Amino acid sequence: MVTNVTSFGRSGLYDWMIQRVTAVVLLAYTLFIVGFLLLNPDVDFQQWQALFANTAMRIFTLLLVLSFAAHAWIGLWCVTTDYIPMTGLRFLVQAVTGLMTFVYVAWAIHIIWGV
Amino acid sequence: MLVSVYRYNPEADDAPYMQDIHIDIPGGKDIMVLDLLQLLKDKDPSLGYRRSCREGVCGSDGMNMNGKNGLACITPLSAVVKKDKLVLRPLPGLPVIRDLVIDMAQFYAQYEKIKPYLINDQPAPAIERLQSPEQRAELDGLYECILCACCSTACPSFWWNPDKFIGPSGLLQAYRFLADSRDTAQAERLADLDDPFSVFRCHGIMNCVSVCPKGLNPTKAIGKIRNMLLQRAT
Ligand code: SF4
Ligand code: SF4
Ligand code: FES
Repeated sequence: MVTNVTSFGRSGLYDWMIQRVTAVVLLAYTLFIVGFLLLNPDVDFQQWQALFANTAMRIFTLLLVLSFAAHAWIGLWCVTTDYIPMTGLRFLVQAVTGLMTFVYVAWAIHIIWGV
Repeated sequence: MLVSVYRYNPEADDAPYMQDIHIDIPGGKDIMVLDLLQLLKDKDPSLGYRRSCREGVCGSDGMNMNGKNGLACITPLSAVVKKDKLVLRPLPGLPVIRDLVIDMAQFYAQYEKIKPYLINDQPAPAIERLQSPEQRAELDGLYECILCACCSTACPSFWWNPDKFIGPSGLLQAYRFLADSRDTAQAERLADLDDPFSVFRCHGIMNCVSVCPKGLNPTKAIGKIRNMLLQRAT
């Protein structure tokens, strides 16, 4: 039986709002990167590194990573509670998802500040 | 024409099966699916289905006709039969009691959860609680629901979580009471709906809107509940 303890914002409304807000962040970042590549079609390593050495860009990227993690978690939580009725297996899949999300976030931070 | 009917008698059958019946419609008339069922029952009296009013009012003969939920009594053959064939199944997602008869207990349990009655803690006036025509108009498109379950059993979110997602029918009714000027329990009603399942399992698939035999729009009502929850939280 599915109870709500593993949802993200605890209330359905907060999960829903987080999902919308993070979607906007993901879209904004995607548009920004696509725009950057269109404006700099022959981008080289120096330009790319300079872009990510900028603190504003690092903050924006961190925001992207956190938004991505929250968005993915809420989305996959919905999928698992829809399609995996067996509690044990559902817990396992959610635990693996949560752990991977955490690893990706930590790894991404390491990359962003390692440029 | 060929009719393929879902048959299951748990006392006699190990598993459900489809029974194919060839039948000639007397006079080739465009009868309703419910009339066709009566013809089938004349041939084989063991066929089970529910019906009462035979005019789209009671909501008892909801079923799945060639893949789409609807009321058999107001669905003419011409609207559903394809290539001279009609497949009749019970409404999907709920347990089958027998043939086309389903167990609606889970559906009613969700209906009960939304407290489908007026709650008003103010002293009752001498005669009645009045509404202005505008306040009354807020209930149009909501009060007409006949609880046939065509919508909820067409909703994938209800199939996966029928014990926790209220479903389109129950949510339409939830909004019917949230929107009623005579009800004073709005805050409690909203608090009861603010978990990740009751309302928010609706992903706007809109199957409910496309099947409702009364032409109602549960998705719109769900959107209004969501806005009320947003207003309350921000
Ligand atoms: S909303 Fe429409 S389909 Fe759903 S139960 Fe009410 S009348 Fe039936
Ligand atoms: S709009 Fe919502 S309630 Fe209606 S069928 Fe889709 S998910 Fe279900
Ligand atoms: S028999 Fe009453 S709605 Fe069809």
